[in-house]
Amino acid sequence: MLKPLHKHLLNDFQRDFPLCSRPYQDIAHQLGVSEEDVLLALTELNNNNFISRIGLIIPPNQLGVSTLVAMAIPEYDLESVAVKISAYSEVNHNYEREHTFNLWFVAVANNTEHLQAVLEHIEQDTGYKTMSVPLLDDFFIDLGFQLDLQNA
Amino acid sequence: MLDARDRQLLERMQIGLPVCPRPYAEIGHFLAMSEAEVLERLTHLKQQGLIKRMGVIVKHHQLGYRANAMIVWNVPDTLIKQLGARISQFTFVTLCYQRPPHSQWPYNLYCMIHGKNKATVLAQLDQLNTDCNLGEFNQEVLFSRRCFKQRGALYSSNTDVSREDHG
Repeated sequence: MLKPLHKHLLNDFQRDFPLCSRPYQDIAHQLGVSEEDVLLALTELNNNNFISRIGLIIPPNQLGVSTLVAMAIPEYDLESVAVKISAYSEVNHNYEREHTFNLWFVAVANNTEHLQAVLEHIEQDTGYKTMSVPLLDDFFIDLGFQLDLQNA
Repeated sequence: MLDARDRQLLERMQIGLPVCPRPYAEIGHFLAMSEAEVLERLTHLKQQGLIKRMGVIVKHHQLGYRANAMIVWNVPDTLIKQLGARISQFTFVTLCYQRPPHSQWPYNLYCMIHGKNKATVLAQLDQLNTDCNLGEFNQEVLFSRRCFKQRGALYSSNTDVSREDHG
């Protein structure tokens, strides 16, 4: 069961996180609790895997180059291929999806040559083709996601 | 534009802000940067639009949002910006991108919906199709099954193809 403090931390601080020397104290003031309460509650949320981090969303392709990659893998081979692909440090967000193209992952690298090398390496390593669909335009303005935590 | 120090700072921030009383000082400690410089650079990067959002990054799935769908449409290029902008207005949408079509994959407009269950997501998709007049275009819904890996984008200066050692 999430306490009201947890719920506030989850929903009210997804954007415009305080940029000041003691941000957690700032949040504590806003919520009428102590800085220690905030630190403890965030640690609990972290330990329970409800948050991945307090961090940044950077516009795509700002720090490096990335692409979304799809592969069509026979069911019997899917898990072993997925595990191989997840092992690359260039790969994040590796998901199985309900489709013939059943494996979707994002690969990031410093430059397009390196990115290309990763995809070629993966094709050799797994024996399956990759379909790369790099981002052409981003329409999304990220304001965070309002969670319905009524029954959480 | 980003200088080398900005890059170091953004890379470090990908791991996440420490949960301790002076987190920016701690980040600075690793980069030989003062707390004031960390705060100044982050504030400036945000103003320049080089940080889209800074704050708590939640795990939808663990918080009861069990259904995650990637929806793809094949729409005329001339309409794509306008449609992308409209789709992005819906609060249940969590990403919206244009990507190039392929021979076996004609789709060029992508969005992501996180919902508590499949029925909710499909109802939200109906709403999108109706309100944005997307119903006439070829489309597919790809619900996620297993998540094999999930973490924020990591960039490193290492350019060798490398694999993580999971022990």
